[in-house]
Amino acid sequence: MIMTRQDILEELKKVLAPYTNDKTLLEGVNEQTDLLKDLKINSANLVDIIIDAESKYNIEIDYDAAEKMTTVANCIDVIQERMAQ
Amino acid sequence: MSKRVVITGMGVVSPNGVGIPAFLEALQAGKSGVKFVPLYEELKFSCHVAGRPDFIWEELQGNYISDVTFYGLKGTNIGYGIRAALDAWRDAGLSTDNDEPLWHAGLVFGNSTADTEAMRNVITRVDNKEAKKLGSRVVEQTMNSGVSAYISGRLGLGNRIITNSSACATGSQAILMAYEYIKNGYATTMLTGSCEHVDTYVYGAFDSMRVLSRKFNNEPERASRPMSLTAGGFVPGSGAGAMVLEELETALARGATIYAEVLGGATNNGGQRQGGTMTAANPQGVIRCINDALTSSNIQADQIDLISGHLTATYADKAELNYWATALNRRGDDYPYVNSLKSMIGHCLSAAGSIESVAAVLQLKEQFIHPNINLEDIDPGITEIAGIEKIPVTTLKKDINIVAKANFGFGDVNACLLFSKYK
Repeated sequence: MIMTRQDILEELKKVLAPYTNDKTLLEGVNEQTDLLKDLKINSANLVDIIIDAESKYNIEIDYDAAEKMTTVANCIDVIQERMAQ
Repeated sequence: MSKRVVITGMGVVSPNGVGIPAFLEALQAGKSGVKFVPLYEELKFSCHVAGRPDFIWEELQGNYISDVTFYGLKGTNIGYGIRAALDAWRDAGLSTDNDEPLWHAGLVFGNSTADTEAMRNVITRVDNKEAKKLGSRVVEQTMNSGVSAYISGRLGLGNRIITNSSACATGSQAILMAYEYIKNGYATTMLTGSCEHVDTYVYGAFDSMRVLSRKFNNEPERASRPMSLTAGGFVPGSGAGAMVLEELETALARGATIYAEVLGGATNNGGQRQGGTMTAANPQGVIRCINDALTSSNIQADQIDLISGHLTATYADKAELNYWATALNRRGDDYPYVNSLKSMIGHCLSAAGSIESVAAVLQLKEQFIHPNINLEDIDPGITEIAGIEKIPVTTLKKDINIVAKANFGFGDVNACLLFSKYK
C-alpha cells in the first residue's frame, strides 16, 4: 500500500500528540506547520518524535535527515524518502 | 539579623496515607501502610513486605504536571516528590502558575538514587546496541537532581535549587538547609522535602545485608516493630514528604496559615570513628548533634516534649534511646515522650526525615502524640532508659510545645531538627 502525503500527515499527528500540551493546536496541522513555533514542542522532544516515527514507519532516520525535520512538510519528505528505500 | 522561620504548607505521599488529611487520620488511628509484596517472595528475598503508598500515578497528569511531562515520566521517586511538593505549595496558598521566576523562592529537595527498575530498560537498550532509541527523557530522570529540576521548573522557583543526599538523614538535612537559607536572609520562601522509591533492586541489596524484617512476612502490618523485643530488622518504605518554609514576616504579611515554627537544628558526622562505621553511628557524633540542635534553637533539654525518633526496629533502637538520654540528661519518668512513625510505614530511607517531620509538625498543630504500633512486647532494655508511659501505644491528646526530630544515616551522618508550636 502506498501512503499519500495526506496519509502520512494524519499518522504524523498521532506521533506529535504526546509532545503537544495544547491538543487543539493539532487540529490545524498542515504541511506548513512548524513543530517548535506552531505546536510549541520542546526542542529536546524532536529526538523523541524522530524515534517514534522510526518505529511507526519502520525506517531509519540519520542525523542529517533528522536536522531537516522542523516543519510537517520536511517530516513528510524525510519519511516518504526513507519508506521508498 | 537572623530571621524566624515558619512552616506554612505541607504535602505527603506516605505508605499509610497520600495527602495531609489522609495521613493525619492514619497517624491518629495508628494505621499501618506495610503490605505483602508477592514479587519479593518470588525473588527469594528474606523480607516480603514493604511500606508502599497507594499512589495513583495517573493523577499526576494535568493536576501536577503537563501532559507532555507526564508522557515519558518513569521515575517513581520523582513522581512521589512532585506530588508532595506541589501539594505543600498549594497548601501554603502559593500560586503554581508563575510567568516570571520567583527569585525569592528556592528549593532543597533530597533524593537517593534513580528508579533503577526504570533504568533497567535503559541498560537493556544500550546492551542491545539500541542507545539511539533512548530518547530525550532518560538523562533528566537519571540525574539525582531530576526531582528538583521537575519541581522547580513546574513552579518557576528562581532562588537556590539544591538536591541533597545523605542516606537516611537526607530528609531532615534538606529541611535544615532550607531553614538556614531563610534564617540567613538568602530567600524568603523555601520548598523542601525528600523522596524515595525503594525499587526491587535497591530492596534486594538491603535484603542481602540481612538488616530487614523477616519473621512477620505473613503479618505485614506487624512487621515493623521499633523498640519491640521481637524487632528483627527494618521494613523498607517509599514515599515523599514536603513542606514550605517561610520567613515569619513574609508569612504574616500575606496572612498564611502557620503550622509550626522551625526553631533550629544541626547536622554533623561521627567521622566513622569512636565506634562509628559506614553503617553504625559514633555515639559522640549523635550526642553532639542533638546538643548542637538545642544550642541552635536556644532551648533547654527539659523543654522537649516529644522525640520523633529514628528508631528503625534494629538493635540500634536501644542505643538511640541512650544517646537521647545522655544528650538531654533525662531518663525514666523524666524522659520526653518518644514515638517512631516507622512502626506504621517502615523506613522510608531518604524520605524518612521529611515524612517524619510532616508527622511531627502535624502532632504539634493538632496537639496529639501518635502511637507506637506493634509494641505489645516492649524490649525491657528500652524501659530501663525511658519510662514505659513515655512510649505510648495509643494516641494521646497532649499539650506539646516542642518536638525533636532526628535521623541517622549510613556514612555516620546525623541530623536533628527542633519544631515548636507557633506562638
